[in-house]
Amino acid sequence: MEYFIELFFSGLTRGSIYALIALGYTMVYGIIGLINFAHGEIYMIGAFTAFIVATVLSILGFPALAIFVIAALAAAVWSSAYGYTVEKLAYKPLRNAPRLSPLISAIGMSIFLQNYVLLAQTSDFLPFPQLIPDFEFMDSIAGVIGSSDIVILITTAVVMVLLTWLIKYTRIGKAMRATAQDRKMAMLVGINVNHVISATFIIGSSLAAVGGLLIASHVGQINFFIGFIAGIKAFTAAVLGGIGSIPGAVLGSFILGLTEAFATGYVSSDYEDVFAFSLLVLILIFRPAGLLGKSSIEKV
Amino acid sequence: MLELRNINSYYGNIQALHDISLQVEEGEIITLIGANGAGKSTTLMSISGVVQPRSGEIFYNGEPIHQMSPDKIVALGICQVPEGRHIFPELTVAENLDMGAFLRRDTQQIKEDLDYIYELFPILADRRSQPGGNLSGGEQQMLAISRALMAKPQLLLLDEPSMGLAPLVTRQIFSIIKKINQEQNTTIFLVEQNANLALKTADRGYVLETGRITMHGNAAELLSNKDIQKAYLGI
Repeated sequence: MEYFIELFFSGLTRGSIYALIALGYTMVYGIIGLINFAHGEIYMIGAFTAFIVATVLSILGFPALAIFVIAALAAAVWSSAYGYTVEKLAYKPLRNAPRLSPLISAIGMSIFLQNYVLLAQTSDFLPFPQLIPDFEFMDSIAGVIGSSDIVILITTAVVMVLLTWLIKYTRIGKAMRATAQDRKMAMLVGINVNHVISATFIIGSSLAAVGGLLIASHVGQINFFIGFIAGIKAFTAAVLGGIGSIPGAVLGSFILGLTEAFATGYVSSDYEDVFAFSLLVLILIFRPAGLLGKSSIEKV
Repeated sequence: MLELRNINSYYGNIQALHDISLQVEEGEIITLIGANGAGKSTTLMSISGVVQPRSGEIFYNGEPIHQMSPDKIVALGICQVPEGRHIFPELTVAENLDMGAFLRRDTQQIKEDLDYIYELFPILADRRSQPGGNLSGGEQQMLAISRALMAKPQLLLLDEPSMGLAPLVTRQIFSIIKKINQEQNTTIFLVEQNANLALKTADRGYVLETGRITMHGNAAELLSNKDIQKAYLGI
């Protein structure tokens, strides 16, 4: 039973990270109908930014909590700048082009960013500083759930609540919902759609950057390729839940995380990806729109 | 108030509008009639800035607007109710109306306008917390017009408000269009396939054929014109 609970929490932790990345995929898809394949790279850049900032700050002797918060903010800001620029350079000029063109542009951007980090940084795995200390009060249950798991779960929960509030009640959130539902009409009520699209990329990139920081300090190492795998997994989670749906992305992420955790624990870690992608195939066969996705009906 | 000078608009490589010139005076109801595919909606989309005209000029109160983005044009007081209504399907009726007032900050005045809307269309008040996608066609048309009114437009562009509606509902919508014009002094630019109804409602009319304006004049004159009766009124 203890093993089961351990796997369960490990699945939740994975799911949280996937959710932070998957939200960026699903929000961008909801607004402009594009699978942003460069999104995994934005997450990787977030992890690298956090790495650089955290290393510098720890040399300067900052306390762990301060390093964690400053690194998170720096990663979010820097990744957002990348996300914003990628949209302006690689997607905006193709907005009225056939759907395949921005998709190919996205794949190109992904390869470009990977190789850019490879050249600018290194191809080696870098040891990520342990930003999350082992809490004393966690000692009694440390065998089941680690301190960093708790921090990841709580941070993700807080971020989700903030995001829900932002989308439901703020002006930009309302504009995002309207644009996702009917872009032309959004223009006609006076929404600047370019701003909404930029905001979506900035929010999605910030979430991914926070995910990058969390996973890097959990696993303890990063390299230029982490974005590719994480990106594919989070994309799977978004499709699983119904791409374009925000609750769907979160649900899909947790299902995927738990599936992987149990498959790893009870079968073999070699089969982790097999289970993840088999799940995707099954969903695509039996519920192509995803768990919470819906096919829209137009009234004439 | 609004003037189009030699507008040429394209969809891809297909020219939809040829040298369109027309004028709208403050306070009037003007109509643009024509068959399916004549370019009526393209004319409105060109005014709203969703379609950028390839050449020609549009002036609104003397200010050139043909290169402005759609949100800037809405901010100037030109609102459109597009063909097919375009209700935000997953937003509630109240949220749809709220989106209409997106550019406004005068919270108190917005509340009063909302009361006016609910008075004008009591059915919307009853359904305020339902998703817009659940409304019937007629109710959606009322919501679409109301949403545009929430922006406090000086010029209201209406694209085929009668489309797909029962005759009774159509009559109701048109009487409200007249009411808005008289009570709020909102200038109305009405695009219709139902030429009979449109010309009876409007002060002046333009006739659009395959992207060109072929005739214009007083609505009453157009209504009694033999060619128009033959082509559009089925008389």
